[in-house]
Formats: sequence, C-alpha cells, structure tokens
Amino acid sequence: MSQDLFFSQPVSSWMRQEASNSDIVLSSRIRLARNLTHYLFPTLFSKEQAVEVVRVFEQVFQKSENTNQWNLHLLKMNDLQPLQKQVLVEKHLISPNLAEGDNDGACFLSEKEDLSIMVNEEDHLRIQCLFPGLQLSEALSTANKVDNWIEKYVDYAFDENRGYLTSCPTNVGTGLRASVMMHLPALVMTRQIHRIIPAINQLGLVVRGIYGEGSEALGNIFQISNQMTLGKSEEDIVADLNSVVQQLITQEHSARDALFKTSRLELEDRVYRSYGVLANSRIIESKEASQCLSDVRLGIDLGYIKGLSQNILNELIIMTQPGFLQKYSGGPLKPQERDIKRATLIRERLTINKNIN
Amino acid sequence: MICQQCEMRPATLHFTKIINGEKTEMHVCEQCASENGDTFSFSNQEGFSINNLLAGLLNLDPAVTENYKQQSQEVLSCPTCGMTYQKFAKIGRFGCADCYKTFERPLIPFLKRLHGGNYLHHGKIPARIASNLHLKKELQALRLNLKEYIEKEEFEKAAELRDHIRLLEKKMNESREEEA
Repeated sequence: MSQDLFFSQPVSSWMRQEASNSDIVLSSRIRLARNLTHYLFPTLFSKEQAVEVVRVFEQVFQKSENTNQWNLHLLKMNDLQPLQKQVLVEKHLISPNLAEGDNDGACFLSEKEDLSIMVNEEDHLRIQCLFPGLQLSEALSTANKVDNWIEKYVDYAFDENRGYLTSCPTNVGTGLRASVMMHLPALVMTRQIHRIIPAINQLGLVVRGIYGEGSEALGNIFQISNQMTLGKSEEDIVADLNSVVQQLITQEHSARDALFKTSRLELEDRVYRSYGVLANSRIIESKEASQCLSDVRLGIDLGYIKGLSQNILNELIIMTQPGFLQKYSGGPLKPQERDIKRATLIRERLTINKNIN
Repeated sequence: MICQQCEMRPATLHFTKIINGEKTEMHVCEQCASENGDTFSFSNQEGFSINNLLAGLLNLDPAVTENYKQQSQEVLSCPTCGMTYQKFAKIGRFGCADCYKTFERPLIPFLKRLHGGNYLHHGKIPARIASNLHLKKELQALRLNLKEYIEKEEFEKAAELRDHIRLLEKKMNESREEEA
C-alpha cells in the first residue's frame, strides 16, 4: 500500500465497518500511555535519546512475528509536510502534540488506520486503537494485545504502587484513556445537554468538543472520556464509561422521540433546510457546515433522508477541515477560498452519494 | 458575529477564557488573528493545556507545598534526571520514572486529588514483572507470619517457615538473573 492513502483518503477503512449503536456513537477509542525504563521521559531527553527511542521501537516491530498482522507503516514526523501532519491530526490518527513537537516523533500506522502507535509524544509510547460504534471492550482487548506484544521486547517504566509511569501524573497507573465520540443533536436541541454535562463530570468523566481540549462541540459531536487513570482496573474504567454512554444513548433516543412527537414538522423542516443549504450553497463556513451536516445525519437516522450513507457526517466533518480542503485542492487556501472549496466538496459528495445509492 | 478587533469582518475564531469563574469571550476574524500572530496561534493555546492547569494546582495547594517545604532539605532534585520540584510544579510533567520516587511524599496528596482519592495502582501488571511481583507479595506476607511465630516462641514452625522463605527468595533471584 502506498503511504499516500493515509493523507488522501478521508475515511479510514475502520470507519466503514458495521457496528452497534453507530447511529449515536461514531467511534470508540482506547489509548495506552507507556514509557521505557532507563530513558528520560520526552520532557527532558536529549535529541540522541529521542532518535534512539524511535529506533528501539522500529526494531521491535521489524523483528516481531506480529508485524504482518497489523501492517504497520512508519511515518517519521520530520519527513512529513506540515499539511500531511495536519491531515493525520484531522483524522485523529496523531495528536496535535506529536505533529507540533520537536522530539523526533514518529507514528506506526496500520493500513486500516485502526491502530496508531505514537512515539515520543508526551510519553515514549502512546498506543491508540480506533473502532466504529460503541466497542470499547473490543478496542481495549486490541490495545492490550499490542501492548503485550511490545512488552515482550522492551522494559516498561512500571512501579507496583503507581502502575505505568507517565510524564504527566494525570495519566499514571493504567495509562488508559478510553473515549467515545457521540452525536447528540436531540439532547442539544432540547437543551438537556447543559444539565447532563455537569452530571457526567461528577462521575469522573470528561466531555469535550471533537477536536480535543477547549474546542467547541462541532456538529453536536461530543467526546466523552475517563479522567481517572489510577486506582481502578482497565476493565472497570471501560465498564464505567460504557454504562454512562449507554445511558446517554437512551436519553438521546428519548429526546429524539419527544421531538418527533411534539415538533415533527419543525424537525422535518430543519433537516430539509439543512440539506438544501448543503446541496446548494456556494460558500459555507465550517461552523454552518457542521451544524447542517449534523441535521442531515439526524434526518438519515429518522428516515427522512434516504439514499445517503450514515457515514456522511463523520466523513464530511473530517473532509471539510482546513488540512483536508487544502490537500484536496492541492495547495494553500485563504479562509474565503476554503469556504468556497468546502461548499463545492460537500455538493460533490452529496451527488456522488445519491448516485451510488 | 463581527470581529471585535477590526469591527468589519465576520468573526470566525472564538476564544473562551475562564479565570476564577469569570468568563471572558473573544471573537475575531482570521485576518486579525493572523496579524496578531502568536497571540492567537495554535501553539499559544498551550497556555490553557492540562499541564499548565496542573502546574497551577501544584503551586496553589498549600498542603502540597508545605509538605514539600518540610522535606526539601533532604530532597532537592531527582538524582536521575535533575528535575526539581519547583520545575515540576511549573511544567506539570516529570523528567523520568525515578521522579515518582523522588517526589513521592508531596505527590501522594496530589495524586489523590487527581484520581478520586486513589494513589495505588489496581490495574494491569506487565507480564514479565507479574510473576516476580506475585512472589514478592507472598514473601512479604510470610515474613510477617515468621515474626508472629517468633513472638509467640513457636520456634519449630518458625524454622520451617524460614526455610520456605529462603527457597522463595532463591527462586526470585534466579528469575531476576534470567531476565538480566
């Protein structure tokens, strides 16, 4: 496979797989933070050590019998163009930290893009598994498999009282961050989300907009993840998150039912208007595009709009980010030019999708 | 919404700052943002990162700083990486695995606050360490038993247990050598 596909195809192949609860849960992610013993953490290590750490993992993946199972490609950050890195960030395959850092970072990426192993981010190793729909346990089991495989060849920094030792004490213990992306338009429309977010926070979970810390909820997509990494087992952390997500799914469904009963016409009007905007506009800003895409996705879920794939939201939210737009048009774009390109791309995508179906 | 700076173009970048519960919002257009350079740049958002937030917590927490002051005479910096507590409190990140031992005392109350009262790991153990850890825990328990026998003057049982402990210790050393 050519590595170009990582930068040119907006939809990772893992996203196309069927999954449970995928009407509301877009994806599940597990991340494990690990460090090598006998090396300083990326906060303080020297350039030589940084290069050495990448080499250590390169050797692990070369000699390991499992390499073929994942088909890992090594991408060194120093070899990538800024735009390529931005695209990987927009696809959630690497973190903005790794893209911007100067730690000679690297990423081992599986062909299906469901496994991304970051080297020299805040920690020496960040193993990340992505699954469609609500599949946290499946993602955890894959991440554990990868972790066990790597651990056969390297010594992790581990302490029996503190667990896996990480650069930042917020990750120490399991080093596990479990998160799900949820599309919650009805909870937003009925304003219940403002009541729900503080309640979720009290349970030790964090709710964010999709592009990480501090970002707004673009297109009614929320990321929910665990805050605590110490004192609970990996399975318990995942089970706790899972049960909150299940409750949110139930609440979103009942909010949708309530809206359907009380404001059916208004809902229908909103969905079709948004569809109209996406199908016809010539200039569109990302905020408006995200909102309309969210409405259209809800329209698909409610059965108003037929012949469009459910993936349209995940796909276009990624494709209409600045990195992708510029990749798609083959060069840098000014904000106004991006808005034009975004509108064109969305129109094209809607037509293609309709034709296929 | 119109840009707060030029008051001409539509605002496309929105910033929210919350300091001491006071919320300040800022809305600017991309042009003003890029003219202002670093003020709004991506990397500058570091200022709001979790690490800086942590650093704030560390500096402000009197329990932690007091605790640290008491022992600061003994431990000034990490012998392995040279990280000082002051620097850790500033950047919120450790320099190496040994920092966890070096700063253990001030760290524990801090970990409790971060992790819902927990400061002990209850999760996965790397397979290669697991067998040894199991032995270590067993040895700890047996040594306690041995002490009890001696206190109760049950020397015959104590001698039996002592031999068993020696056997386990030998086993543990052997597995360590194998690893090395």
